Amino acid sequence: MGCDSIVLLGVNHKTTPLAVREKLALSGGYEGPLARLQQLKGLNEYYLLSTCNRVEVLFTCRDPRQMRREVLDLLFAGQVSREEVANCIYMHENEDAVHHLFMVASSLDSMIVGEAQILGQLKEAFQHASEQKTSGLILNKLLHKSFSVAKRVRTETRIGASAVSISYAAVELGRKIFGELKGKRVMLIGAGEMAELAAEHLLGQGIKKVVVANRTLARAMKLAKRFNGTAVGLDELVEQLLNVDIIISSTGAADLILFKKDVASIMRGRRNQPLFFIDIAVPRDLDPKINELDNVYLYDIDDLNNVVEINREQRDKEAIKARRIVEEETLKFGHWLDSMEVTPTIVELRTAAESICRTELAKTLPRLNGLDPNEKKSIEKMASSIVGKMLHHPMLYLKSDHPCSNREDRISTVRSLFQLDESNSSDKK
Amino acid sequence: MSFLLFQISFVAYFLATAAYIVFFITQKKHVRHIARTIFFTAAILHTANIIARYVEAGHTPITSIHETISFFAWSIAWCYLSFRWRYTVKNFGTFASIMVLVLMLIASLASREIMPLPPTMQSWLLPVHASIAIVADAFLALAAIGGGMYLLQERELKQKRFGYFFSRLPSLEALDKLNQHCISIGFPLMTLGMFTGYIWAKQIWGGRDWHWDPKIIWSMVTWFLYAGLMHQRFTLGWRGRRAALMTIIAFGAVLLTLWFQLKGVHNYGV
Repeated sequence: MGCDSIVLLGVNHKTTPLAVREKLALSGGYEGPLARLQQLKGLNEYYLLSTCNRVEVLFTCRDPRQMRREVLDLLFAGQVSREEVANCIYMHENEDAVHHLFMVASSLDSMIVGEAQILGQLKEAFQHASEQKTSGLILNKLLHKSFSVAKRVRTETRIGASAVSISYAAVELGRKIFGELKGKRVMLIGAGEMAELAAEHLLGQGIKKVVVANRTLARAMKLAKRFNGTAVGLDELVEQLLNVDIIISSTGAADLILFKKDVASIMRGRRNQPLFFIDIAVPRDLDPKINELDNVYLYDIDDLNNVVEINREQRDKEAIKARRIVEEETLKFGHWLDSMEVTPTIVELRTAAESICRTELAKTLPRLNGLDPNEKKSIEKMASSIVGKMLHHPMLYLKSDHPCSNREDRISTVRSLFQLDESNSSDKK
Repeated sequence: MSFLLFQISFVAYFLATAAYIVFFITQKKHVRHIARTIFFTAAILHTANIIARYVEAGHTPITSIHETISFFAWSIAWCYLSFRWRYTVKNFGTFASIMVLVLMLIASLASREIMPLPPTMQSWLLPVHASIAIVADAFLALAAIGGGMYLLQERELKQKRFGYFFSRLPSLEALDKLNQHCISIGFPLMTLGMFTGYIWAKQIWGGRDWHWDPKIIWSMVTWFLYAGLMHQRFTLGWRGRRAALMTIIAFGAVLLTLWFQLKGVHNYGV
């Protein structure tokens, strides 16, 4: 068990274009893929995460190379060619895998650094894994640790402030334009995490209707369902501007998708009702010239950050602090993993001692006559506590983190001292 | 008596404006409460002043420059208070009270002598025509103040540099509604004022040639400006910056008309 590697395979928004990510995303929920992974005998523990920006699988196994191939074939076969997957997939092992998971959980690997939604998604993914009992001792510990790391990052740094600020600023500006947001209609262009977040925040302010416009209608419908809204295609975009008041754009498009002339053409139809555009896409989706139109207000992500006066520099500083926390926690988890290495020896030592204790008791107890059950129990208790006390120091010695002696040496010392290997081999004979 | 009341209400307006400015800077709610109370008191004192002057003069006190401007300030104060009842526009009181104070200052500088009314002015139409016209102007003045606030706020939002005014000014929507509200009351009143003026002029001049003096021309220009603005708003949905700008320009015309009124045909008294 101690020699298992922790392996993390995945694609995210940094390595993979949206078009590929869409195909790799586990759109059918976690149950199916988790059940299919059960066929792979080489996997000990595993869990899956799929969001709009990433698909990741984390598992423990003895042979990472072999399992990488098998897992990828099983999950992604048929959707994308093997070469394409190989091009964009990243693989982290052991400490790196732990580090990566912590980065993801604390939202340092997110498209919008500091957004809080990822933690919820992570928890949900883990819940599926633990319900289906695909995660065990190591992954349970690791995932729980990642939640607490995320929490620590959030409380000890102001990394979340900028993400929160975007929604906050959007609401604040909306109020200055529309007076109140009650009864206003929102359109999301693109279905990114951040847009979802901002929409959620706006809904809390009494927004009446949500329209989701996306290149792939299926994704739009999925998101629209969440907000009880309607879905439209990107080609209906200009037409839809007649019916909405606030537009949040966050597509992954490389070029602008909406121009000044498009917006100018519908202002008459809107009877000049104000329009509020929020462009949180990088690169931008909306023509900056749109802001020149009367009764139209366009804010991109930097403008929004100006509203709450959190500048880049400060955000970067917070990110550095957050990274330091992640490093620290990764090291700590590494220690725990190392201590897992001595676990087999500890277990063997304990079983050996207990078996001695049991044999001796079995020999002695029948010879003592006239013992009532209570006295019998006391003797048993005494025997096992002697064993426990005797083993206490060897156990500490094993677990200790002494710089002068390395762990393997200590393990072999204990094993030869108590003749664990010989007793094992003699058992087998 | 009326003189004393004028002085007291002037001082009260001054204190109210000062309190409103303090509120504008500090944004402390209890200061606003104080400012409102003082402003309300000042408006009541001002009303007493106008009644006293009516009694002293024996005719409606909207004949001299002092009286007209004082009545204008009084109208603004009460128009503001009238719809403050119905809805609040953030920090509007500060701007309105400054405007009232400035008018009171001008009124206090003008001659306060009570002039005997010339025979042509002795008509039941004097209180009707003059008060309607000035109350109309008061609503248009409030619309212009709202327009100015709109332009300030819109500039902050467009340039995305949020300075001192951003948090202190109301939303664009509220200011635009204020504009619509004030103009849709002010414009009909203005029309009515002009109509009574027309009847009165007919009474005085009878069949004589129509006086095409600057006052009448400017009244017409002003009327057409507001008519155009109303028309555009209801047909094309003109709103926002353009409407605010038009409101301010049109109010410039109102002031010009008022100035001609005080200098020109109306000033029979001097």
